[in-house]
Amino acid sequence: MKVQFRNVNMSFASTRVLEDVDLDVREGELVCILGPSGCGKSTLLNIVGGFLQPTSGSVTIDGEPVTGPDPRRIFVFQERGVFPWLTVEGNIGFGLHKLSEAEQQKRIAHYVNLVGLRGFEKSYPRELSGGMKQRLEVARALAVDPDVLYLDEPFGALDSITRLQMRRELLRIWQAEKKTILFVTHDIEESVQLADRVVVMSTRPARIRRVVEIDIPHPRDLSSARYIELRDSIFAEIGLAHQV
Amino acid sequence: MRRYVYPLLTALALIAAWWLAVRYTHTKIFPSPLDVVRGLGKLAEKKLLWAYIGDSLFRALTGYLIAVLLGVPTGIALGWWSALARATNPLIQMLRPISPLAWMPLAVIWFGVSNVAPIFLIFLASFFPVVLATMNGVRNVPPMYLQAGRNFGLTTPRLLTRVVLPAILPATLVGLRIAFGVAWLVLVAAEMIAVDSGLGYLIIDARNAGKRYDLVVGGMLLIGTIGLLLDWLIRRTEKLPMVKWGFRE
Repeated sequence: MKVQFRNVNMSFASTRVLEDVDLDVREGELVCILGPSGCGKSTLLNIVGGFLQPTSGSVTIDGEPVTGPDPRRIFVFQERGVFPWLTVEGNIGFGLHKLSEAEQQKRIAHYVNLVGLRGFEKSYPRELSGGMKQRLEVARALAVDPDVLYLDEPFGALDSITRLQMRRELLRIWQAEKKTILFVTHDIEESVQLADRVVVMSTRPARIRRVVEIDIPHPRDLSSARYIELRDSIFAEIGLAHQV
Repeated sequence: MRRYVYPLLTALALIAAWWLAVRYTHTKIFPSPLDVVRGLGKLAEKKLLWAYIGDSLFRALTGYLIAVLLGVPTGIALGWWSALARATNPLIQMLRPISPLAWMPLAVIWFGVSNVAPIFLIFLASFFPVVLATMNGVRNVPPMYLQAGRNFGLTTPRLLTRVVLPAILPATLVGLRIAFGVAWLVLVAAEMIAVDSGLGYLIIDARNAGKRYDLVVGGMLLIGTIGLLLDWLIRRTEKLPMVKWGFRE
């Protein structure tokens, strides 16, 4: 097992945020953590990312307990996390200061290509669209060659068309780079489109209600009977009839 | 083009009004625009004008640069270590409202009649705005920049130089601009006491030694014009790529 959560509990002052979270994530797996806004799923990601200590319980990666942030596991925010004072190249190269100049240039060129930002190497984030900034942040994370990526509602601020494109891009990159990905979202469709498994969380204090295996190969047909069945079972789990 | 035409028209209208006012009131004391230009022209012939401007700029820039060199690191330290800020805040808030001019008697005792006294006063005047702007800049750095920096394995010193410093640059630049305005404001008053050159000295000397109000007004206009030019220079730096992101287009 790559990542193991064991009885993770979290309280802020007297508010319980997470309750007995137990979860195993396999190497190379894409797991979506799905829950309503404010339920505590971001807190869970901040714990595994090493930015918060759980009140009780433990998180281990490759059998080692998480004690703090680590360049082997990179956290990706919404696109606002890119550094506005650095160019595209500067952002992608940000975590590469320990490498030789030649190796840095090689990695930057590789990831500029991978996320489709060629021609924008010298541009600043303010000159890029929201989707481009998000791809830049993913490239910055991938450039340090981490084995796990944590994505915290990464496409939440994008318009719905860009969001669909970004999901396809993420799947392409995931298949090319073979990373373990923990992806937090409140979007049911998004989770069923992306994940190997969807972890459905309850409202606060967040518990795991159910883990749904999405057994549809990529690329996924969004009108297939199986897709709709899995999606609707999650809607039902959360207590929403699929009607507006 | 319009950017320059309208302000120029305003200036011309004011000069015309000034000239008319002097002419129709038959004042013996207040100089006309032409008197001012003539007075300053004579001063320039004697090379005194350039020496005064040079001395004033030297004092203002020296005091100001010392304030920036000490104030930015101080502000970063206070913004970063909140215990340090809590410990020093009452002292800073107590010293800040004291006009730098109130330090003048002490400055003269400590540094005598020399360049050091006005430089010290300018330093005092610009130090606090620089410190406070930098400190607030550090406190307002979006947490996710710090989180990202830590995630990429930066230690605190590297986090400060590679994330905090570039992140606060736009806010700091605004503070630097305000501080320079204050420095230039204080300079003139400082030069009226402790030294015998400079634009502040020109004003006080012109009045004391012969009521040369043409030079008084001329000195005032020079101070204003030079202040305007320097402010414009600082504003130009807002267009640099490393800070441009912090300002609206």
